[in-house]
Amino acid sequence: MSEIKNAQEPFRFYTRLHLTELTGLKAANLEQLVELIKNVPGSSIYHHTHKFLQQHQYLSPEPPNDFAYWVTEILGEDDLGERLASVDTIQFTTIRSLREKIMLTIEDYIKEKPSVKNRFANINDEFHFVKSISFILPTNYYAYNLKEFAEVLRKITIDSIYFHIFEARLRLEKGINDFSNWVENSIEDKELAKKISKLDPYTYTLDALRKKLIEIIEKKAGY
Amino acid sequence: MAKIEKYIPIVGQPIIDDLKLIAEKLKGKSIQHINSTSVGGGVAEILNKMVPLMIDLNVDTRWDVIKGGEKYFDITKKFHNALHGKQEDITKDEFDIFMETSRKNMEEITNYSDIVFVHDPQPIVLINKKTNNKWIWRCHVDVSNPDKKVWKFLMDFIPKYNAAVFSAPSYSQQNFPIRQFLIAPSIDPLSDKNKELPQGYIDSVLTKYGIIKDKPMVTQISRFDRLNDPVGVIDAYIEKKKYIDCQLILAGGTAADDPEGIKVFEEVKEKAAKDKDIHILLLSHSDLEVNALQRASTIIIQKSLKEGFGLTVSEALWKSKPVVASNVGGIPLQITHKHSGLLCHSIDGAAFAIKQLLNSPEYAKKLGENGREHIKNNYLITRHLKDYLLLFISLYHSEDIVYL
Repeated sequence: MSEIKNAQEPFRFYTRLHLTELTGLKAANLEQLVELIKNVPGSSIYHHTHKFLQQHQYLSPEPPNDFAYWVTEILGEDDLGERLASVDTIQFTTIRSLREKIMLTIEDYIKEKPSVKNRFANINDEFHFVKSISFILPTNYYAYNLKEFAEVLRKITIDSIYFHIFEARLRLEKGINDFSNWVENSIEDKELAKKISKLDPYTYTLDALRKKLIEIIEKKAGY
Repeated sequence: MAKIEKYIPIVGQPIIDDLKLIAEKLKGKSIQHINSTSVGGGVAEILNKMVPLMIDLNVDTRWDVIKGGEKYFDITKKFHNALHGKQEDITKDEFDIFMETSRKNMEEITNYSDIVFVHDPQPIVLINKKTNNKWIWRCHVDVSNPDKKVWKFLMDFIPKYNAAVFSAPSYSQQNFPIRQFLIAPSIDPLSDKNKELPQGYIDSVLTKYGIIKDKPMVTQISRFDRLNDPVGVIDAYIEKKKYIDCQLILAGGTAADDPEGIKVFEEVKEKAAKDKDIHILLLSHSDLEVNALQRASTIIIQKSLKEGFGLTVSEALWKSKPVVASNVGGIPLQITHKHSGLLCHSIDGAAFAIKQLLNSPEYAKKLGENGREHIKNNYLITRHLKDYLLLFISLYHSEDIVYL
């Protein structure tokens, strides 16, 4: 068994809970959708690209974002739906750049197929923009080394994993997930930090992601 | 007294730990719920569960009920219908009676809490007692297409609140003067309607109603009224019965004061008389029997023409049942088409979906399993409780990311 290395600073686990705020804004066709995507708050773009992940955490493979789902299921534009579902969220480190990519994808499609502007959703099927209000709270869980870290990972809510992996990186614009950051700077294990940051969390269900993280950490630490 | 710890085996310890963490942040704040009745379904049913759980989490909570005579409640029923978009003729006298009763309630109900949570339109005028505390208006009604006169009347009061809460995005209003939040209702997994049942009891309910155990059961549980389209459900059943042998169960109640409902029930009975495999069950207040019928069913239908939130869908999904339901009201929030159930827009669509599920039991099973997970994560009372606690905290923060 490897020697257990204690961190310079313990990792404090936080959790993130969210409340949904309504904007009252809705789109019935692609032109209206793209216009609103340009103007809604970043917390709305965040909501519609990540809600599926949290609400449908049991689904695998990766479920689409709300825009892709609406375009496919309601407007019947499978081609655009596929392009939107393929927007590789992990490549974006800010909501701003993610928003631009989604806008460009839709605008390019409208240019290619102008007739799509005439396709409207039924009154019950419009796209309603909402936004996520995030509440970030410290939990009572700390880890001083990788063994404790893996143990806590087994116990905490998926909201906590979600916060440290997704929200910290993209919404709080840290550019890197919190786990990799701590492993690199406090445990001083660059290789393991890199392994964690190389995971594409968008291609796992949240529980599968939890298992994968535990597996990588335990394997590396030799427990 | 409801105990939050009882939910641990269902949702897990971490979810309850999170609730305790949020509840701690409300230390020192008092909450006062106000609605119009302490008994029956709907809001009273929710508050009867929610208030004891909040108290168990050490959130200083109390619940007051306004008073009113028969005439007053007839008028508020008209308000309710008008907000649902039904044409109602409400006279000036009736608005005056509503205001007079509201004034009396203002005298009787003390405004003593940090946060006052007003449910539905009946107590809405109480906002005129607002001091420097926070007030929330919780709208449980579908106001996507409200009667303009009643809505304009309510808009004399709504802007004075700090926030409003709606159950579905389609109920939200553009250019609304206050913050609006989305909080969906929920089901209680420990209630008679949803708790686990012994197979022996389920079988006894089937025997009682003459339902055969080894023939597929397609079931709709809902009140017999036009909006639940029981006649349409029979049409869908007849359509697919040509190919698959199964039974149809339509179970629900009728309101004694609803002549239209009684007419619908008669129509349904007449139409069902031609087929011995159609069972029309008039149930009233028998939550355990409803639970048993849902658990015994192969497929659950909710073919509503218009729907509030449609919690019968959550109830069915919680029991891992494949569901075919209309794409109206709050139903699309509960069912993601082809992932956690099948949505339909017509009788033909419903018939096709039923056939598809009866012929593909593995697919049906997967939809049911996904559906249960979806309800577990999003539509149980613990999520509802979490949303309410976060809502109270949000009244003191205007930012999108709140560090607590």
